[in-house]
Amino acid sequence: MALDQSFVGRSYPPTDPYEVGREKIREFAEAVGDTNPAYADTEAAKALGHPDVIAPPTFVFAITFKAAGQVIEDPQLGLDYSRVVHGDQKFAYTRPVRAGDRLTVTSTIEAIKSMAGNDILDIRGEVHDEAGEHVVTAWTKLVARAAETAAEGA
Amino acid sequence: MTAKIAYGDVEVGTELPAQTFPVTRATLVQYAGASGDFNPIHWNEKFAREVGLPDVIAHGMFTMAEAIRVVTDWVGDPGAVVEYGVRFTKPVIVPNDDKGATIEVSAKVAAVLDDNRVRVDLLAKSGDQKVLGMSRAVVQLA
Repeated sequence: MALDQSFVGRSYPPTDPYEVGREKIREFAEAVGDTNPAYADTEAAKALGHPDVIAPPTFVFAITFKAAGQVIEDPQLGLDYSRVVHGDQKFAYTRPVRAGDRLTVTSTIEAIKSMAGNDILDIRGEVHDEAGEHVVTAWTKLVARAAETAAEGA
Repeated sequence: MTAKIAYGDVEVGTELPAQTFPVTRATLVQYAGASGDFNPIHWNEKFAREVGLPDVIAHGMFTMAEAIRVVTDWVGDPGAVVEYGVRFTKPVIVPNDDKGATIEVSAKVAAVLDDNRVRVDLLAKSGDQKVLGMSRAVVQLA
């Protein structure tokens, strides 16, 4: 069943602030095997012009995807999450995420398409810091596959 | 923001040093913990097969995180990445053995933009499969 087009443009309330922890950044960088000192060493980050350690470029997805849960789990939208795969992901950064940031995410349904029985949902997450300044925008494309085909992909 | 690559030193076609990243089941469990994505298709072989996958597959976001390292290692400052987007085209299949899988990433400058920025196009493969499509980053150079 195709998703209701009237949800296009709908925005959800901003999430409660997520406080970015220095150790969480370090844990993430270690998990992807990335030894760039800007992720773990405050002085190295400062030498690059940052006020504190910064997070790897894809770190913020954990925050924006959790926020997108508001959309994914909206009973009115009726997305079958068991059939969902991640199609595309894009980020546009005003500045890197850094330790100490308190980030809120506002999720908006940017597009809904139906192709060959698949529902394709584009969610935009606007991430702002405590001062209200824009940090990064994340675009997440989710594909809910037609019921008769098994899930595969990322 | 301090990139170690100067805008004037690159042109369309400039290749970034390619890298190969290993991924094992242990890597995926560690990434699941760090990212909070505990979808069992990334660590539970029985579950993965039941939903029609050939085996456990890597998180797409893990592959995306590895691929951009070719850019951040080249430019020095990860904060120089202004935009980054990918399409997840094929899964990285991770067998339960001592080798796991590898993700091979190459990249080159595809366009020279205004304001000391360049667009880098990335190619990520696992085995002979292209695993990321339309993989592009815009980077602020010195």
